[in-house]
Amino acid sequence: MNARVIALLAALVALPLSAQERGFAGLGSDVAGFALPDRPRGLTFPADHGPHDDFRIEWWYLTANLRGADGRDYGVQWTLFRSALAPDGLFQGWAAPQVWMAHAAATSENGHHFAERFGRGGIGQAGVTAQPFAAWIDDWQMVATGPDGSPDRLRITARGADFGYDLAATAGGPLVANGENGFSIKGPQGQASHYYSQPFYDIAGVLTLSGAQVQVSGQAWLDREWSSQPLDRSQQGWDWMALHLDDGRKLMAAQVRGAQPFRFGSLIAADGSVQPLTHDDVELTPARGSPPTSWRVRVPSGSIDVTIGAVNPDSAMATSVPYWEGPVRIEGSSGGRGYLEMTGYPAR
Amino acid sequence: MNARLQRWRLVLGALMSHWRRRPLQLAMLLAGLMLATTLWSGVQAVNAEARASYAIAADRLGTGALPRIEPAGGARLTTADFVALRRAGWMVSPLVEGRLRAGAARVSVLGIDPVTRIGLAPGGPAGPGTEGDLGAFITPPGLGYAAPDTAATLAGADLGGLRIVIDEDAPANTLIVDVGIAQALLGMGDRLTALAASAGQPDGVPPLERVVPGLIRTDPQGGAADPAALTDSFHLNLTAFALLSFIVGLFITQSAVGLAFEQRRGVLRTLRALGATRGEALGLMAAELAVAALVAGAAGIVLGWAMAAALMPGVAATLSGLYGADVAGSLQFRPGWVLSGIGMALAGTALAGARGLAQTARMPLLAAGMAAPWAQATRRGLRLQAAGAVALVLALPLCLAWGGLVGGFAALACGLLAAALLLPVVLDAVLRLASRGARGVLTGWFVADTRQQLGGLSLALMALMLALAANIGVGTMVGSFRGTFTGWLDQRLSAELYVTARSEDEGRRIREWLGPRSDAILPIWNAEATLEGQPGRIYGVADDPTYRENWPLLAGAPGLWDSLAAGRAVLVNEQLSRRASLRIGDRIDLPGGAMPIAGVYSDYGNPSPQVMMGLDEFSRRFPDAPRLYQAVRVAPDRAGSLAAELADAFDLPAGAIVDQAQARRVSLQIFDRTFAVTAALNVLTLAVAGVALLTGLLTLASIRLPQLAPVWAAGIPRARLARLDLLRTLLLAAATGAYAVPVGLGLAWMLLAVVNVEAFGWRLPMQVSVPLLARLALAALLTALAAGALPALRLARITPGRLLRVFADER
Repeated sequence: MNARVIALLAALVALPLSAQERGFAGLGSDVAGFALPDRPRGLTFPADHGPHDDFRIEWWYLTANLRGADGRDYGVQWTLFRSALAPDGLFQGWAAPQVWMAHAAATSENGHHFAERFGRGGIGQAGVTAQPFAAWIDDWQMVATGPDGSPDRLRITARGADFGYDLAATAGGPLVANGENGFSIKGPQGQASHYYSQPFYDIAGVLTLSGAQVQVSGQAWLDREWSSQPLDRSQQGWDWMALHLDDGRKLMAAQVRGAQPFRFGSLIAADGSVQPLTHDDVELTPARGSPPTSWRVRVPSGSIDVTIGAVNPDSAMATSVPYWEGPVRIEGSSGGRGYLEMTGYPAR
Repeated sequence: MNARLQRWRLVLGALMSHWRRRPLQLAMLLAGLMLATTLWSGVQAVNAEARASYAIAADRLGTGALPRIEPAGGARLTTADFVALRRAGWMVSPLVEGRLRAGAARVSVLGIDPVTRIGLAPGGPAGPGTEGDLGAFITPPGLGYAAPDTAATLAGADLGGLRIVIDEDAPANTLIVDVGIAQALLGMGDRLTALAASAGQPDGVPPLERVVPGLIRTDPQGGAADPAALTDSFHLNLTAFALLSFIVGLFITQSAVGLAFEQRRGVLRTLRALGATRGEALGLMAAELAVAALVAGAAGIVLGWAMAAALMPGVAATLSGLYGADVAGSLQFRPGWVLSGIGMALAGTALAGARGLAQTARMPLLAAGMAAPWAQATRRGLRLQAAGAVALVLALPLCLAWGGLVGGFAALACGLLAAALLLPVVLDAVLRLASRGARGVLTGWFVADTRQQLGGLSLALMALMLALAANIGVGTMVGSFRGTFTGWLDQRLSAELYVTARSEDEGRRIREWLGPRSDAILPIWNAEATLEGQPGRIYGVADDPTYRENWPLLAGAPGLWDSLAAGRAVLVNEQLSRRASLRIGDRIDLPGGAMPIAGVYSDYGNPSPQVMMGLDEFSRRFPDAPRLYQAVRVAPDRAGSLAAELADAFDLPAGAIVDQAQARRVSLQIFDRTFAVTAALNVLTLAVAGVALLTGLLTLASIRLPQLAPVWAAGIPRARLARLDLLRTLLLAAATGAYAVPVGLGLAWMLLAVVNVEAFGWRLPMQVSVPLLARLALAALLTALAAGALPALRLARITPGRLLRVFADER
């Protein structure tokens, strides 16, 4: 019975199980009644830090590459997903058709810890406010700590059965609009999302793994994205990476896999100026393995030719919807660190 | 090889011809087995169905698997409290529970939050099962999941547009909806009933008390909350009855098998003389029995199924009435049940046939097929039986010392079995005494012949005795219970009207309206609380002569009503007093501080602990308890019209006002339905015993000809012989009946003083009913008459030729 409910919730809460049949993330399904991404809309802050209930799905996605006082590499993930079960905004309290799901993870070279939470919108158990910025589910939270209430200064906390973290992040650069002024195309048929990032966080704090505390510091990347149907039905999943290059530049590169892979990305200069990357600007070549935890990434227009490899290849998120998410090290034309996410691969 | 098969076929043919010539005997054998299997498997089916219902309920409601967090007595738990706990890191999921009146029926409503529920492994929640339903489930008007029966009950009820979805797995009589939908259906505002909690909470979550004060956490298997634990006694009761009936059924089989072996001695001797080995004869006879067991077992299972289906609605009503456990009134097919039924039939046949087979194995090849050896063997057995009975009597105090319900039943079993084993010993001793005092040749022969027959009839008489004793015992128990219960209802239901409001505001307005129109309004407010570790209820009652004059007190300190009204003491019910060994003057822990106990009252029909306190003290301790229920005193002849006016004035639904007579009637109905099942089993047991007696007499009739022929030859006519035989049967039945009376009363005492106290926590005074005893004595004689008529008739009509042939055969 449990499995049935999990399957059901998974299907409805953003990310379904049967990737092959339905396209990963249930994103290939109906959009009746929901708002669709709009090219000329642009981005408005602080409103866009908050939820967009008229869109079907949305997420606040923070990944951090950390180095411990012990000299080891760590990675941390904090993700909150919103899924609207119905476009109707009339219902309040328990009746509000918003369902929230969150994932938290902490990865070391030889360990990968994760936890999952679910919650209902409308009663205060989970939600996001734009100003002052706060995103929370249960006792996990990502909240603004600066006097302006913006996401420029954040405190991020989460805990699971055998791990926890309490981190403070400060943005060292501007917000970055991906795609065309935040309108990011995800497929050859023009499926799209609104998508912006804050890739310039410096982050530090305490990580607790299996009862042992370690002081950590490093870089973090926040992704904000909302849409109602970003994937084509034939598209099965995606490979996505957010890389902090040692030369100060940031690279977001991704491909949606399907009959025809569809690639896109952003090459962000140290000052925050962004060069949108289209399908032909990016080359992504997986090494062996499923999912492949090592890739060759080339962006010839930016003179980037690097190999990324997982800090811990065993970074599978065995959550209600399984995927792979973990920190990577970068070698090649530039060194650096980053995060890799791969969805829609057959379970091992 | 072929030759051996050929021989087997011949031997089998010779053995089987016996049944062809005596179809009645075959019918007896099959009937005995079938009846035994029917009663056993029928009761097992009932038990299995009820247990499955509890398991589903426990599984689906999470009561079995997950700890619960509840507000302490009368406090409120709200959605905001749930959110506060979640935000503090507690892995909890909200529950809303209540009863909903839908037309004439009441269903349990269970509100869940499927979203937080899946985070609480293990144990699956109920709820939406297909994709796309979650949205419809949580947004008004919502989806409700219900078993087919429940859905049918709800058809046409006004549930605010709620769409009912049939779910075969849903617990009986329960409607599963989203938390928010449940709050709306039950008019609970933002209140929750409880929280289901994950068994392990994350490290470092703050203590419950610091996040939301006044909550109590109970772990699963928390004693009485589990319907399975509560109703165990009921099922044990049924099982004991089924076992008793099974044993009685086996007596029939035993007689039929014994007779068949006896009558086939000649055939066997001939077969053995012709070269059939002992092993072959035994093996084929065992195979024959096995086939009979399978056939009769299968028929018994079909009949058992029919019996269970007929009993099930009554059982469901009983369980709901006595324990508040929701059980489906229909049966589901369970393969394990069929297997256990067949297994019992086979095991029973083996037990019943063992003696016959053993005797056949020991039978000397050339011994004549006469009855005497059997009777003598039994006489030797009497001494053994007496020894067995003594051993069982000695075991009885051990069982009692072991304690608990199982110990009580074991003691019952020991006592009954010892009494049954002793019956032939006692009858034999009585007959021996009678033979000394016998005057006249015919009387002397009659007594001696009766004694001779005792061996063959003893099993049937034991069956009759057990059936009678069970009837007396259970009849007395139920009678005592009913008598006490009726008296108690009169005391307890002393007010003329009982009114339940739908909201606190309505309750207040009803009290205002009733004020000038009635003699007194007695608010009865209550709150759930954990009492001595078990979930129970605390009642607040007004200080009124109604209570002072009528309340069914078992014990009380002087001036107890004054100290109750002043908030200085409380009353507890008998269950609580017995379970926690609380006496008057002891202090009991209660929410808001311990209080001394001033009295103990009887409280039948409710297995949970209860405490009564003065209304002021109650309001002080439980300010948030809902104030919905009140009793109304009014002149009895005005009660009807006042109820009608009240219903009109507030547009109250049917059932919101209950008058005294109605409450009494419903309570007694529930009571009678509760014991309808036992009554049915009683009648069946007696019928089975009658069949056993008939089989035994038929067995004897055919063996006894050699003993009757000389008496007939000495000049006693056949009709007189037949009358004497019938008289003998009646005398034996009467003696057995007389013997059964003390046994049955002993059984009743055990049921009232041991089993009931263990099962329900109350002890009832025993009320011996003479009409019941007279009725059963008559039943015993009628049973004997019915069983003895056919053999007597046969004897009366036997041809002189057959009697003469006895002398010819002897030579």
